[in-house]
Amino acid sequence: MLRHLLLGAVAAFGFYILTSAISSFNDFRVGEIAVYAIALAGLSLLTGTNGQISLGQGAFMAVGAYTLGVLMTHTHLPLVVDVLAAIGLSGALGLVVGMPATRLKGPYLAGMTLILALGLPRIADKYSTFFGGDQGLTVNSPTPPGTIDPQRWLSWIEIVGAIVVLILLANLTRSRFGRSFRAVRDDEIAAGLSGIHVARTKVLAFTVAASCAGLAGAFLGLSVGVVNTGEFSLTLSIYLLAGMVLGGAGSLVGAWWGAIVLVFMPGWSTSIANSFNLGSAVGANLALVVFGLVLIVVIMAAPMGIQGGIGWLGRRALSLVGGGVPAPGAPTPRQEGNEPVGSIPSIPPPAAPAAPARNIREQS
Amino acid sequence: MSLFINLTLNGITNGMIFAAVALGLVFIWRATHIVNFSQGSMAMFTTYIAVTLLDRHINYWLVFAAALVAGLVMGGVIEVVLIRPLRGKHALNPVIVTLGLFILLEGLAGSIFGVGNRSFPPAFSQAGLTFGHSTIAFSHFDLFILAAVVILMLGTLVLFRATNMGLRMRAAAFAPEVARLLGVRVGRILTLGWALAAVAGSLAGLLVAPTVSFSPNFMDLILVYAFTAAVVGGLDSPVGALVGGLVTGLSLSYVGGYLGSSLEPLGALAILMVVLSARPEGIFSRPAPRRV
Repeated sequence: MLRHLLLGAVAAFGFYILTSAISSFNDFRVGEIAVYAIALAGLSLLTGTNGQISLGQGAFMAVGAYTLGVLMTHTHLPLVVDVLAAIGLSGALGLVVGMPATRLKGPYLAGMTLILALGLPRIADKYSTFFGGDQGLTVNSPTPPGTIDPQRWLSWIEIVGAIVVLILLANLTRSRFGRSFRAVRDDEIAAGLSGIHVARTKVLAFTVAASCAGLAGAFLGLSVGVVNTGEFSLTLSIYLLAGMVLGGAGSLVGAWWGAIVLVFMPGWSTSIANSFNLGSAVGANLALVVFGLVLIVVIMAAPMGIQGGIGWLGRRALSLVGGGVPAPGAPTPRQEGNEPVGSIPSIPPPAAPAAPARNIREQS
Repeated sequence: MSLFINLTLNGITNGMIFAAVALGLVFIWRATHIVNFSQGSMAMFTTYIAVTLLDRHINYWLVFAAALVAGLVMGGVIEVVLIRPLRGKHALNPVIVTLGLFILLEGLAGSIFGVGNRSFPPAFSQAGLTFGHSTIAFSHFDLFILAAVVILMLGTLVLFRATNMGLRMRAAAFAPEVARLLGVRVGRILTLGWALAAVAGSLAGLLVAPTVSFSPNFMDLILVYAFTAAVVGGLDSPVGALVGGLVTGLSLSYVGGYLGSSLEPLGALAILMVVLSARPEGIFSRPAPRRV
C-alpha cells in the first residue's frame, strides 16, 4: 500500500520533469499515453487477472466520452462532476453487460462484447440530434490556473488520473478481491467451493474494467476536444486488446508499455510507409497489419508480453550476478508466476502475479 | 402489410447468408472448439481476389470457383500455420489469435486493394420480381442466394451423413483420441474442417458483395450476425446454423425495418443475451456436463 503510494509519487515527479522539458505537442502525447494506460490497466485486470476477455473496452470508452460530451453541452456542472458521471455511467453499463457475461466462457463473451463494440456507437448515429451526429460534441478542455500551458495542464490531470487509477488497481489486486479474481480465473469450480461468489467476482471485475474505460474515454474526449463515433470504432477495441496483450496480460506496468505503443504506432507506421514509398493506402493500413501481427505473434511466441520479457531478463541478470545459483535467502526468492518486484525502477511494480494467459487451466 | 412481406423476404435472404457464415463457424467449432472471429475477414479477402479477377475480364463462374478454391486453401493454411500450434493452450489464446487475423487481413486488404468502396456485379438481375401490378423485394439474385445456400446445406448433410470422410469428421469431433487410435488422421480432419469453413465463408462473401458497396470491413457486421445465428443454433449443429440464421435474419430485418437500421446490431445483442441467458448452450445443442 505504502510502496504503491511512494512509487506513484516518484512516477508523478518523473512525469512532472518530463512534461516540463518537452514541447506542447509531446505533452499531448504523454497525456494520451496516460489515457490509454488507464483503459489498458482495466482491461488487463479483467483479462489477465480475472480471465475474462472483452472487446467492449472501446465501447465503454465511448460511453465515458459521450457522457462527458452530453453533460458539457447541455449542463454547466464542474468538470469533476462530468468525469465522475462518465466513470459512473460506464461502470453501470459494465455491471449490466457483465451480469449475463458471467455465465459465458471465453469465445461467447468475446462475441458478445464484439457486438457491443460494433453496436453501441450506432446509438449515437441513431439519435444524432442529441449526440451531435457526424460532427460529434464539442468538449472544452479545462482552464489552467495561472500561466500554465493548457495542454500541459490537461496532461497533468490525465497523468495524475492514471497514477491514481493504477495505485487503486494495484491495491485492489493485492486485496481479498484480487485473490478472488485470480482464483476464479484459475478454476471457477474450485473458487466456488472455497466460498468465493464466482458470479459476483466476475461482475465486479467487469465493472471495474468498464469504469476505467469510462474515465479513459472522458479524458480522451478532453484531449481531442471533440467526441464523435469515428474515434470509438471496433478497431479501437481490438487495438486495446493488442496493447494489453503486448504489454503483458495481468500486469499493470505492462499497461504503460502497451499505451506507449498504442500512441506511437500509428505515427510510426505512416512514416515507415512513407520512407519505403509504399503509398498512402499502405500507410493508412499498416497499423492494422502491425497490431494484427502483434496479437498473433505475442500469443504464439511470448504470451507474457513485454513486461513478462523484462521480468525474464531481470531474473536472468540476477541469476548471472549471483553466479547462476541464488544463495539461500537471496533477495530474489521467486515463487511460481511471480514477477521479481522492483526490477524496474520508478514504475509501480506489478501487483498481480503476471501469470500468462496460457497458465490458466482450461475448463471444459 | 406489403412492408411486412418485403421485410420477411429480405430477412429470409439475409438469414440464408448468415446461415452460410454460421455454418463455417460451426464447422470450425466442431473441429477445433474455436470461434473463428476471422471468418468474415477471410471471406472479405477472397471476395477481393474475386473482384480483382473480374476486373481482368475473366469468366464470372470461373472467378466464382476460383474464390471458393482460394477460401479452401486459405482456411487450410491458416489452420496449419496459426491454429495447430495452439492446441492444448488456454481457450482464450485462439480467440485472440483469430482476432489478430481479423484485423491483419483487413489491413492487408486495405493495403493491397485500397480502402475505397468497390462494387461487385451480381450474377443475376437484382430487380424485384413482379406479380401482377405489385413488385416484391425478392429478385432473381435473391433466388440464387437461396439456391446456393440450400445446396451448401445439402452438401454438408450428405458429407456428414453419407460419406466416409464425414464419418471420420464426426468421429474426430466426438472423440479425437479414440478416432486417432482407430486410424483417423485427426490433424488432417481438423485442417479440412477449417478449409470447408472458409469455403462456406467465401460463398457468403460472394453472395453479399453484390448487395453492398464493399470495403475491407464489409463482413464485420455479417460476422457478428452469423455469430449470433450460430449461438442461437448451438454452435455445433449445422441444422442449428440454418435455423439460427433464419431467426436472426428475420428478427434483424424487422428491427431494421420498423425501428431503424442503426439499431440492428443492438437487436443482435439482445437476441444473443436472451438466448445465452435462457440456454447458454444454444437451442439445438445438448448441454454438456462440465467435468471438474
